[in-house]
This record gives sequence, structure tokens and C-alpha cells, in this order.
Amino acid sequence: MRILDTFRFAGQAATGTPLRTGLLILAMSIGVAAVVILTALGDGARRYVVGEFSAIGSNLVIVLPGRSETRGFNPANLVTSTPRDLTVDDAAALLRLSGVERISPILIATTEINAAGKLREAMLLGTNADYVRVRQMKMGLGRFLSKDEVGHGSAEVVLGALIRQEIFGAENPLGKTVRIGDRRLRVVGVLSEGGRGMGMSSDELVIVPVATAQAMLNTNTLFRILVEARSRDQLGEVKTRVLKMITQRHEGEEDVTVITQDAVLETFDKILNVLTLGVAGIAAISLAVAGILVMNVMLVSVTQRTGEIGLLKAIGATSGAIRRLFMVEAILLSLTGGMVGVGLGYFGASILRQLYPTFPAYPPLWAVAAGFGTALLSGVIFGVMPARRAAQLDPIQALSKR
Amino acid sequence: MTAESLIELNGIERTFILGDSKVHALRNINLSILPGEYIAVMGPSGSGKSTLLNLIGLLDGPDEGTYRLEGRDVTTLDPDELAAVRSRRIGFIFQSFHLVPRLSAACNIELPLTLAGIPASERTTRVSQALKEYGLEDRAHHRPNELSGGQRQRVAIARATILRPAVLLADEPTGNLDRTTGEEVVRLLEALNAQGMTLIVVTHDQALGARARRQIRMEDGGVVSDITSTESPVQAT
Repeated sequence: MRILDTFRFAGQAATGTPLRTGLLILAMSIGVAAVVILTALGDGARRYVVGEFSAIGSNLVIVLPGRSETRGFNPANLVTSTPRDLTVDDAAALLRLSGVERISPILIATTEINAAGKLREAMLLGTNADYVRVRQMKMGLGRFLSKDEVGHGSAEVVLGALIRQEIFGAENPLGKTVRIGDRRLRVVGVLSEGGRGMGMSSDELVIVPVATAQAMLNTNTLFRILVEARSRDQLGEVKTRVLKMITQRHEGEEDVTVITQDAVLETFDKILNVLTLGVAGIAAISLAVAGILVMNVMLVSVTQRTGEIGLLKAIGATSGAIRRLFMVEAILLSLTGGMVGVGLGYFGASILRQLYPTFPAYPPLWAVAAGFGTALLSGVIFGVMPARRAAQLDPIQALSKR
Repeated sequence: MTAESLIELNGIERTFILGDSKVHALRNINLSILPGEYIAVMGPSGSGKSTLLNLIGLLDGPDEGTYRLEGRDVTTLDPDELAAVRSRRIGFIFQSFHLVPRLSAACNIELPLTLAGIPASERTTRVSQALKEYGLEDRAHHRPNELSGGQRQRVAIARATILRPAVLLADEPTGNLDRTTGEEVVRLLEALNAQGMTLIVVTHDQALGARARRQIRMEDGGVVSDITSTESPVQAT
């Protein structure tokens, strides 16, 4: 029997029972679609986090007070209990290192902004003029903080887009005075909308010179120091130099943690990849169930078509030909299920992207291939037994059955 | 005579084990069938006539004895070789037609050609020729459930003969048909026999059996009588 004829006959056999075939394909496709959608979610989460970290800026070395601190932002860091605080002087010393392009000291606190009779809570960020370039932010209006001598806090403030909108509305805020805490500050610029990074939106920030912030909060410690290396290749050297310099300045005690963005990214990448694999594994279970369903349907089919199998044998079909017919039918069923499933999966992922535009839920190619491959493989594996049973039927008994 | 025989059965024995009892389905069968013969095998239920037919049709093998088909010992062939012989040399016709329900009449007739691996273009011409010969042209695309009993059996006969077999084996071919259509089907089979195809019919029907030139009567797995009508021109040689 020719291969093309085998496929045609098996296809006709499958379409001969449309309901059963349809349900089987549905089950198989749900399994494949589950793999595709869940991995799209997992991989989307990975991309989202990686994207967030990339938004911090490239070539960055981040200095945190304390050893191996991994808590991220926490108000407790402001009243820090580490032996020696990071200071503005530390930051200034880092700027003199070779390979360092810019530095940005960072101080963060929650505060209230009060202007035009409106009061709003906001996130206060104390930093320097270079921050806008280190973080690669864009200005919506006006300019960023002016470059001033470290230690002389000028009374300037840059507003986040949301703060500006809620306080000033359509009015031009440039040159207006706002009250933050107990200080009156002049608005010199507004950030453009949609800046993100480190898990917070820049839309709700009020940015003031670091000295002003320290004075307002009556502290001289820093939350972070961002160090921008001249190039990506120098990142490693700069990291070592930064650590050495701070250790030196802190009387030989290594009481800071220096991380590069790469290291953070790598960790998240790893964690989320494992997560994606995990959900893919869970989804694969449903595929195995669908495979067993293929076997069940094929066994029922063999029983129902006993007479037909007997006839085929009587008119000259070899056992091999009958085994191939049933194998091909099982493979066709799982192949169709797999294809429909991949289609459903991509459709589901695109709906997810429609619902959450910031979430890049694209199914990774390896997962699509694996889901489809598993579907096909389970069809083959679970098709063997029914096909063998069909091939082994005794033609006389098969023919006597109706 | 042996050299000319189409089918030569020598000392055929066949036993089945049903539960703990042995059933002797065929005992010491010796038969010689010439090409072009018209044979009716008759006998009560359980006399072994169907077993004999299955054996001649190579669906079953003997426990003992030899079977030569066209001079070739077929008792030693492996299953794939037997399938090939069935495909080319033997045509089966069943009481219940055994058409594949989801396939059209044309596709049912085409089935042996497809299984034998004959190219599609040749299949189409042979099937359309067969449809014409059996007066089924306007039924070609009907499914078996849209056909009458007589038409179904004609499709089955067309399927059995599409590869021009040497032997046509019919097991109660008229059992599921009324008298008129049964008569039609029998005439069709006899016409094929007249063209030289050996015809072996298993039947309960005395009237049908009486039409055959050679009548074999079986009882308890053995042949009890083997009568050839003297006026038969075939037997005269």
C-alpha cells in the first residue's frame, strides 16, 4: 500500500467519526495550548523583569550600604544600622576613579508635596545633575537639576509627570513654587511620562538635589550610589575599584555591597527560566493525559472496526499495512491536535498581550516546539498498542463479527 | 489431472479447541478442483463448510495435510506471502457484504487495488470500468447505507473481482437478500464463472446449491458426497 494512500485512508477513517475525532483533537489542542500560553506567561514575566532592570541604565555599578544586602528598597535603610554609612563624600571619591564616567548618589524617602492648595504624598528622591543621564530619563518640560557643588543644596525640584498633572493640571508649573516638607522649592522641570525602573514609576517622584534632601531629612547617609562605567567592558574593573575605594575609605572594612546590573539580571533570568520550565512541565501533564486519550479512542476504534479489519485482511492487507493504517491515524489525530493547539496558544497569548500591553507574553519558540513535539510523540507512543492489536486480529473472527 | 488442478487438498485436518473440548472442524479432506469449476458446498450448520472456505481462502491454515493452489504449496507460506496470494488470486463475497460504511461504492471497489499498491491513475480507470460492468455507474458516490441490498452485493462482487482472481469464494451470497435480488446476484456470479473464474459457493439453500455443476455435501467435518452433474461440459474433460 502506498504511503499517500495510507494517509488518505487513515484520514478518512478519522473523519468518519467527526464527534469523537473532534473531541480528541480538542483535548490534545488544550494540552498544547496550555504549554504555549503558560510558557508565554513565564517567559513574559522574565522579559518584563529583565526589561525593568535594563531601564535602570546600562554600564551601571550599584553600591549599597551593608554586606550582601538583598532587600532592595526598604525605609529601614534610611536609618541604617550598618557600621559606616555611605556618604556624599564617598560618592565624590568614586567619581575620581579611572573608568568612571558619572556617579549619582541616591537618597529616597516618602514625603508630602504641597502647592496651589493641594497636598499629595510623593516619593522624594535626592540626587545630582547626572542622574538624568545615568538613568537615561527624558525631560518633558524645562531642565533637570543644575550642576551644583556637592553640599550646597539649591532650592530646585523636578516633578514626575503624574505629580505635575495632579497639582498643576494643564498649567505650566515651571518657575512655580511648591512646598515639600518644610521647604519651599522652585519647579525647574518635569520628567516625561512613563519612565520606570527599580520597580517604581518615575511619574510619582519629586527630585531634589541630594544636599537639599539630606538637609530636609536631617541625615548624611545615602541609599545607593549609582556608578556609570565608561564602557561595558570596564564594568568588571570599575566594580573592583569601587569596592576597593570604599573599603579604603571605611577604614579597611568591606561594609558595602557592589553589584552590577548584569549579575542581577542573570539571577532573575535564571529564576524565571526555571519558573517557566516548571509551568511548562505542569502543562505537559495535560498533554500526557491527551496521549492516553488518543490510545483510548484508537482502541475503541479498533473494536468498532473489527469487521473492516477482517475484510482488509481478506482482500490482501498484510498485518504491517493494518498496523501502519492505525499508527498513521493516531499520528494524524495528534498532529492536528498539536497544530490546533499551537494556534490556540498563540491566540491566547495575543489576547493576554491585548489585556496587559506592558506584559510581553510571547511564547518562546522552544516551548512551542516542545509542546507540539510532545503531542506528536504521545500520539506515536500511545498509537502503538491499538495498532498492534488491530494487526493481530484473527481475520476469521473479525469477519464473523458485525 | 494433478498438474491441471487449481486447488488440490490432501489429507486436510483442522481442529479447534473450544473450552476443554476439541472440535474436529475438518477431517481428512481430499479435494481436487479444476479451473473454471462451479461448486456448491452444502451441509448443516457446524459441518465445517465455512472452515473449508476459509482454508481455501487462506484465512486459515490446516493442522495437517497439504494445500496446493495453482501447483504451489501454500501451507508453508508466511503471513505476508499469504496476504499477497489472497490479494491477487482470491476473491471473497460475504453474506453481510462487509462494505466499509464510510467509503463510497467506488472507494470500496478501489480498496483491493489501493492495498495492492496500484497507481491512482490505473485504479481510476479500472474502477470506472468495473462500475460500468456491474451497472453501478450512477451509484459510484453513494455510501453503502444509501444502496439497496442487491446493489451492495454487486459492489462487493465488483470489489472481489477487480483484481481478476482465479477463485471466487462466496459464503451465503444471497443470505441477506430477497428472492429476486438473490437470483440477480447468482446470475452475476454464474456469468463470472462462465468467463472462466472458478466459483465456490457455500450455502444452505438447496435451490441455489442445485444450480452448481458440482455439489459437495459435508457433515461433521468430512465430505459425505461429491456429485458432479453428468451433463456438465466442464466435467466431461
